[in-house]
Amino acid sequence: MSQHFPVLIAVLPLAAALISPLLSYINRNLGKWLVLTAIGGSFISAVNVLLTVLSTGTPIHYYMGDWPAPIGIEFVLDPLNATLATLVTFVALMVGVYGTSFLADADWLKTAGYYTLYGLLTAGLAGMVITGDVFNLYVFLEISSLACYGLIALGGKKSVLAAFRYLVIGTIGASLYLLGVGYLYGITGTLNMADLAERIVPLLNSPAVYIAIGMFIVGFGIKMALFPLHGWQPDAYTFAHPAAAALIAGIMSKVPAYAILRFFFYVFGADSFVISTGLEIMGILACCGIVLGSVMAIAQQDFRRMLAYSSVAQIGYVIVGFAIGNVYGLIGAVLHIINHAFMKSTLFLTIGGVQYRYGESNIYKLGGIYSKMPATTVAMVIAAMSMIGLPPTGGFFSKWYLVLGAMETGQYLFIFIIILSSLLNAIYFFRVIEQIFIVPDAKLKEVNKPKGKLELPWQMVLPILVMGLGILALGFWNEPIVTNILNFALPEVLLR
Amino acid sequence: MTDTLNLFLAEKGVYILTLILFFLGLYGMIMCHNYMKKLMSMNVMQVAVIFFFLCFGQKFGGTVPIFDEALPAAAMYINPLPHALMLTAIVVSLGTTGVAIALLMRIKETFGSLEEEEILRRVDE
Repeated sequence: MSQHFPVLIAVLPLAAALISPLLSYINRNLGKWLVLTAIGGSFISAVNVLLTVLSTGTPIHYYMGDWPAPIGIEFVLDPLNATLATLVTFVALMVGVYGTSFLADADWLKTAGYYTLYGLLTAGLAGMVITGDVFNLYVFLEISSLACYGLIALGGKKSVLAAFRYLVIGTIGASLYLLGVGYLYGITGTLNMADLAERIVPLLNSPAVYIAIGMFIVGFGIKMALFPLHGWQPDAYTFAHPAAAALIAGIMSKVPAYAILRFFFYVFGADSFVISTGLEIMGILACCGIVLGSVMAIAQQDFRRMLAYSSVAQIGYVIVGFAIGNVYGLIGAVLHIINHAFMKSTLFLTIGGVQYRYGESNIYKLGGIYSKMPATTVAMVIAAMSMIGLPPTGGFFSKWYLVLGAMETGQYLFIFIIILSSLLNAIYFFRVIEQIFIVPDAKLKEVNKPKGKLELPWQMVLPILVMGLGILALGFWNEPIVTNILNFALPEVLLR
Repeated sequence: MTDTLNLFLAEKGVYILTLILFFLGLYGMIMCHNYMKKLMSMNVMQVAVIFFFLCFGQKFGGTVPIFDEALPAAAMYINPLPHALMLTAIVVSLGTTGVAIALLMRIKETFGSLEEEEILRRVDE
């Protein structure tokens, strides 16, 4: 049993998602709990695999149908992607529990549709993280994207338009990635990442590799909303179904960034000329994105749209970390992927809670919300602090590592941008905090009144608090995370 | 002169055509104002990617990849992998098109049109 844990991470949610409509037809709750249980099982498998990998110190290779690696498809779990798989499944579990209260009154078809898409999204994201095969990555990328379009379209009238635009742009990204895979397969004749890494070495200076890398940058750039390819993101995040927005915003754009890390540092190797040039270009684009995203976020009135623009800035930090390319830079980047998943999810969960109870997401109508929803406000403030980068929250430490890395390589532009962006973040989050605490009560009308003593149903309060406190935990225990996990996660890169 | 041209076209011509098809699809997605046409351009682009894979999967003197005692060498068969990959890509493309058409039906229902200007005008109302 235990040797099958790696594959269960992706297969459990996938299978459950496909069975769930049938069970939902029998009983509305059956399908829902099946998907949530499967995601829970997937989380347990991911934790189990992570612990095994950390204790043995060697990556786990799982061969599909026992076909050995270069011929068959393999899942590879090293400390880095086992950590990320744990992160993906954990956030998916929390957001899944949170989503149940939004669908409490929906009919069976809507419940079934939502949970099927949700399970598929989780399976796709987890699969993208753990796969060791470039074409398999494409398939999981498309599974997660298609589910994501559906979840965005569930949000209401305008969301359908946003979803269609995202679909068109996202398909360009996926097609470019596939074309890039075609070039690599054409010159090396392999699809396995480890095998590719060996065979690509004498060919690194061929034009085909240049084109493939360019296509990867544009393709994944679209998927992770790297400036200037971020046009789809604000609408998509604003109008996405509030139950799923947290997972889409927190994880969906980070997993392609991880794929870039895997390709550039593990497959091609960052010391080659073309990769370092590519990373430099991406770093400069990311700097533009950080400034533009932060400035645009200040201009927004809708909380969710502000968060979407801030995502453009936050993905910039991750790319800046790759562009710095030394130990501290990469630790900062991976730590920021983890931190951002927590803080952006928390912010979307809290604004979803406000929407659930008051049907409002405009920043200027949140006056006095702290007295009505104390727990939600606490989580929101912690997440906002982390976005700004105040200690002891997690966000401070990832920025700290990034600045340390940039200091070491003497890239002072990056330091300037990171600090400037922290100030801009402070502007737009203190504006929200001012509205919450100081501005007089906005006298909002309650749309859904929760039954018990809590401010929201327990299914919503629990994930909000867990994720909010998770940000603090990531801050307090960042040192053990870095020394015990990330130091093992980046060994090949650390040596350079 | 004609020989070099022939050789060039025989080696690279099909790839050039495929890339033209790819960018034609991309151009259509950017320039068409009708959402249905955008979707069709998207399909053209995806087909171009499929063609690309199938083109480099071709080889002279190869036969269908079913093992035969008389043909022991691997070089005598065509590599089936690009075709298998494209089977998956076609399925993905079908799925994408299905989702897109479902969204378009919903857009038509909500906004009463598939023309971009018309929709943008009604969104602001």
